[in-house]
Amino acid sequence: MIRFILKRIATFIPVLLAIITITFFMVRIAPGGPFDEERKVPEETLRQLQKAYNLDAPLYRQYLDYLGGVVTGDLGPSFKKPSRTVSEWIVLKLPVSLELGCYALLIALCIGLPAGILAATRPNTMQDYVPMSFAMGGICIPNFVLGPLLVLVFSLWLGWLPVTGWNTPAEKILPSFTLGAVYAAYIARLTRGGMLEVMGQDYIRTARAKGLSETAVVLRHGLRGGLLPVIAYLGPATAGLLTGSFVIEKIFLIPGLGREFVDAAFNRDYTMIMGTVLVLAALVLVLNLVADILQALLDPRVRMSMK
Amino acid sequence: MMQEALFENAESGTSLWQDAWHRLQKNKLAMLSVFILLFVVLTTVTGPWIIDATQGYSYRETETTLGASAPSPEHWFGTDQLGRDLLTRTLHGGRISLLVGLVATFVSMIVGVTYGAIAGFIGGRTDQVMMRVVDVLYALPFVIFVIILMVLFGRNIYLLFLAIGAVEWLTMARIVRSQVISLREKEFIEATRVMGLPRYQIIFQHIIPNTLGPVIVYVTLTVPQVMLLEAFLSFLGLGVQAPMSSWGALIQDGVGTMEEYPWMLLFPSLALSGTLFALNFLGDGLRDALDPKASKD
Repeated sequence: MIRFILKRIATFIPVLLAIITITFFMVRIAPGGPFDEERKVPEETLRQLQKAYNLDAPLYRQYLDYLGGVVTGDLGPSFKKPSRTVSEWIVLKLPVSLELGCYALLIALCIGLPAGILAATRPNTMQDYVPMSFAMGGICIPNFVLGPLLVLVFSLWLGWLPVTGWNTPAEKILPSFTLGAVYAAYIARLTRGGMLEVMGQDYIRTARAKGLSETAVVLRHGLRGGLLPVIAYLGPATAGLLTGSFVIEKIFLIPGLGREFVDAAFNRDYTMIMGTVLVLAALVLVLNLVADILQALLDPRVRMSMK
Repeated sequence: MMQEALFENAESGTSLWQDAWHRLQKNKLAMLSVFILLFVVLTTVTGPWIIDATQGYSYRETETTLGASAPSPEHWFGTDQLGRDLLTRTLHGGRISLLVGLVATFVSMIVGVTYGAIAGFIGGRTDQVMMRVVDVLYALPFVIFVIILMVLFGRNIYLLFLAIGAVEWLTMARIVRSQVISLREKEFIEATRVMGLPRYQIIFQHIIPNTLGPVIVYVTLTVPQVMLLEAFLSFLGLGVQAPMSSWGALIQDGVGTMEEYPWMLLFPSLALSGTLFALNFLGDGLRDALDPKASKD
C-alpha cells in the first residue's frame, strides 16, 4: 500500500512537469501579450516592464527560470495584480475554493446517497422513479442555469437568501447547493446501480436468513458493496468540482481560485495563469490519489491489484 | 409458388439491430425523446428561415425602439434589450449548439475509436503505454486547457470543435479498447488473420464495425456532454461571437438581466435543458436496447 502511494506520487512529477511545459509554451506562443493595451505604451516603458518581468530573456531561459522558481515555491510576480506575488494570491484564494468544494461534495453525498439507497430498495416503484427523475434533472440542468434560477426564486422573489457573497453562512447555501446538485444526481444514480447489483448476491440472502432487520441488511451489508462505484467516482468528481467552481464563483461573485484563473486567462496574466493551472492540476492529482486510497481501504479486490 | 410458401412459414431470424429497435420502441420515454429531438432539429434548422420569410426579420435584426419586451403574439419568446426577437435567436442559437454538439462528438468519436481499437488490437506493451496515457489525461482538469486555448487563440468555432473533441475522446477509447480485446480472440478475426489481411484492414474493416453498438450508445451520451461544455464555455464568454449566438451565450445574456426580463433566461434554458433531457433519455434507452446486460451506470 505504502509502495503504491509512493509510486503514484512519483508519477506526479513528470505529469506536473508536462503541465507546466504545455501551459508555458501555449501561453507564450499565443498572439498578444499582457501589455497589449488600448493605449500605446511608450517603447521605453515597455522595455522596462519586460525587463522587470524577465520577458526580455530568451524563451528557454525564461522557462528554466520559471521551473527553478516553481521548485522553491516562487511562482513569480503577477502581471496584472502586482500588489501580491502569484503564490500569495493563491494562498489567499485557494481556501475559499476548497471550502466551496467541500460543502458542495458534502451536500452531494447527503442528498445523493439516501436518494440512491431509497431508489434501490424498491426498484421500479414510485420510490425509485421520483428520486431518479430528480437525478436526471440534476444532470440535464447545468449549474449555470440552476444557480441563476435559484437566485431568482429564493433571493429576488422570496427574499430568503442573499444574492451574492461569501461571508455569512446564509450566503454560502446557494452556491454550495448549486455546485453540488450535479454530483448529488450522479451519486444517486451510481448508488442505485451499485446497490441493485449487490442486493442480488448470496451474502445478502445469508444476512437476511440470519434474521437481520431489513435496515441492517441494507445499511450494514448492502451499502458497503453498493458504495464502491460512488467511491470510484469521487476522483473524477473532484476535477469536475474545481472546474464547476469557475462558473459558480462567477455567478455568486465568490473570491476563489476558479475566478482568479478565468480572470487571469482573460487578462493574459502569464504567471497567474501558470500558477493557478499548476495548483489546480496538483490538487486534482492529489485528490484522485486520495480517492484511490479510499477505494483500496474499502475494497479488498482493489487492494490486491495494487500489490 | 411452393417455395414462397415455404419461406413464409420458415422461422425468420431477427438481426441484432431489429431486436434493438423493437426494444427501443417499447421504451416510451426514449421514443418521446426521439420525437422531441426531431422537433428540435427541424425547428432550429428551418425555423429561422420560416420566420424570416413570413415575419421578415432575422436573429440579428434589431428594433431598438421596442427594446426588451415580454412574450407577446408577435414575439412569442419576447425580445432582448436591442429588440431582437428571442424566438429567432433561440432557434438560431440552437443551430450552433447542435452543430457543436454533433461535430465535436464526431471528432471525439474518430479519435477515441481509432485510439482504443489500436491499443486493444495490438495489446501487450503498446496497449499498456497507450492506456496509461489515457489514465493520466483522465486525471487532468482538461477544461482548464480548453479555456486557455479559447482565450489565447481567439473564439474560433473550428478551434471549439477541436478543443472539445480533444477532451471527450478518453472514455470512448476505453470502451472501444475493452470491446476490441474481447473481439480479438474470436474465430472470425482469426480467419481474417489466416487470410493474411494486413493489420489496418483487420482493425478498420472487421473489428471496428463490430464495436458499433456500444459506440452508438456512448456517442448519444457524449452529445449532451459536449453541448454542456459548449454552453459552459459560452457562458464564460468563450463560445461563438456576437451577433451569432448559442444557447449558452443566450443564457449568459439572460442571467445578466434576469430580474427585469426573466424570459431572456427562461426560454434558452428550457431549450438547452429540454434537449439535454431528450438526449440523455435516448442514450439510456439505446443502452438498454443495444446492450441489455450493461447496468444503468
